[in-house]
Amino acid sequence: MNKLNRDQMAARVARDIPEGAVVNLGIGLPTLVANHLPKDREILLHSENGVLGMGPAPVAGEEDYDLINAGKQPVTLLRGGSFFHHADSFGMMRGGHLDFCVLGAFQVSACGDLANWHTGAPDAIPAVGGAMDLAIGAKQVFVMMEHLTKQGESKIVEHCSYPVTGVGCVNRIYTDLAVIDVTSEGLRVQEIVEGLSFDELVKMSGVPMRRAQVKAYA
Amino acid sequence: MINKIVSTIAEALEDLNDGATVMIGGFGPAGLPAELIDALIAQGAKDLTIVNNNAGNGETGLAALLKARRVRKIICSFPRQVDSQVFDALYRAGDIELELVPQGNLAERIRAAGAGIGGFFTPTAYGTDLAKGKETRIINGRGYVLELPIHADFALIKAERGDRWGNLAYRKTARNFAPIMATAAKCTIVQVHEIVELGALDPETIVTPGIFVKRVVRIARSAAASAAGSQAA
Repeated sequence: MNKLNRDQMAARVARDIPEGAVVNLGIGLPTLVANHLPKDREILLHSENGVLGMGPAPVAGEEDYDLINAGKQPVTLLRGGSFFHHADSFGMMRGGHLDFCVLGAFQVSACGDLANWHTGAPDAIPAVGGAMDLAIGAKQVFVMMEHLTKQGESKIVEHCSYPVTGVGCVNRIYTDLAVIDVTSEGLRVQEIVEGLSFDELVKMSGVPMRRAQVKAYA
Repeated sequence: MINKIVSTIAEALEDLNDGATVMIGGFGPAGLPAELIDALIAQGAKDLTIVNNNAGNGETGLAALLKARRVRKIICSFPRQVDSQVFDALYRAGDIELELVPQGNLAERIRAAGAGIGGFFTPTAYGTDLAKGKETRIINGRGYVLELPIHADFALIKAERGDRWGNLAYRKTARNFAPIMATAAKCTIVQVHEIVELGALDPETIVTPGIFVKRVVRIARSAAASAAGSQAA
């Protein structure tokens, strides 16, 4: 089958971000989406440490450590961009002003619960950052993740075994195998990679799924 | 004449007492009041409760304060990082108390304290382990968690420019937690890169009005910038 690589996944997510959208890209895999946003669309990137209209990384030698992203890497500001304090920044999320956020995940459940902040291991030091705020803080929450763990277990599950970050908050899942919507009637497969059947995908995932007019995922 | 400018950083921290709750601004290197933290270590206050987004990086700044065993408890959102070895060791040994708060709840609890709000219902963390034991309510069909304000005795923050009334302007993302922390502490102490004459700050662009500030001390940018550079490394 033609599994998507990380950049192909990012490019596919980017195609779903429309002109004029305000978007927060989570740390890790979602950050790659920024490289694929269509140049002919004006899309505003939000960073929770107080930036709207975030631009790409600066050229070498022009880093400014007063201008960083949530991952604490130097970034730039687009013309028209703005700065604000943390309470305003999270008010933008919680208040429903962000159109999309794209997050990584350990697991997503069939009813859209998200687990991405803590493995729950007893010796792990917990750290949450903005994960729980982001999970509930955008009109549309997209998750980007590999479909299976390294051990071959599905990351789409009936119930999350890891501690949840948010309840019923995920709208759409992009994996390296498929695009799946979380609906009130359960999971609905929209796109599957070439060479993988719907039945094989469901078997591999181990959770019930319905299908729309499934399109090729590429 | 109102004059909040103090000439030395030691003078600025003179009355910071054992057992105090201290908010420290900054998100990563941006806005971290590195010189104030160094001066706090030298000053010697202990048994502190610290409020910051993180729990220190590397061996300097907040990590050095932790390493000197001056901190009883830390309230933060993201303690674990690749270079948070000082915190990690204290935590694993049971030598520091951690109150883990989602970042937006942390910001809003600080804001609430400064604005005189007794508590608020937030959807963040509803249904998660971080809401365990907290009061919840369903409002218009959505689940919310009651969060209480975080007050502080002192706030140590960094700004770009300030005047003798304590009016402040910030630089880029170095603003982060500073404006809300300034409102939530009984005594807010600010290190600025530049002190300007009264009236030189455009009133339309003053982010923190002087009412929230007790003391202003000037720290030249070169020193602060190199501290930020080493934090980032």
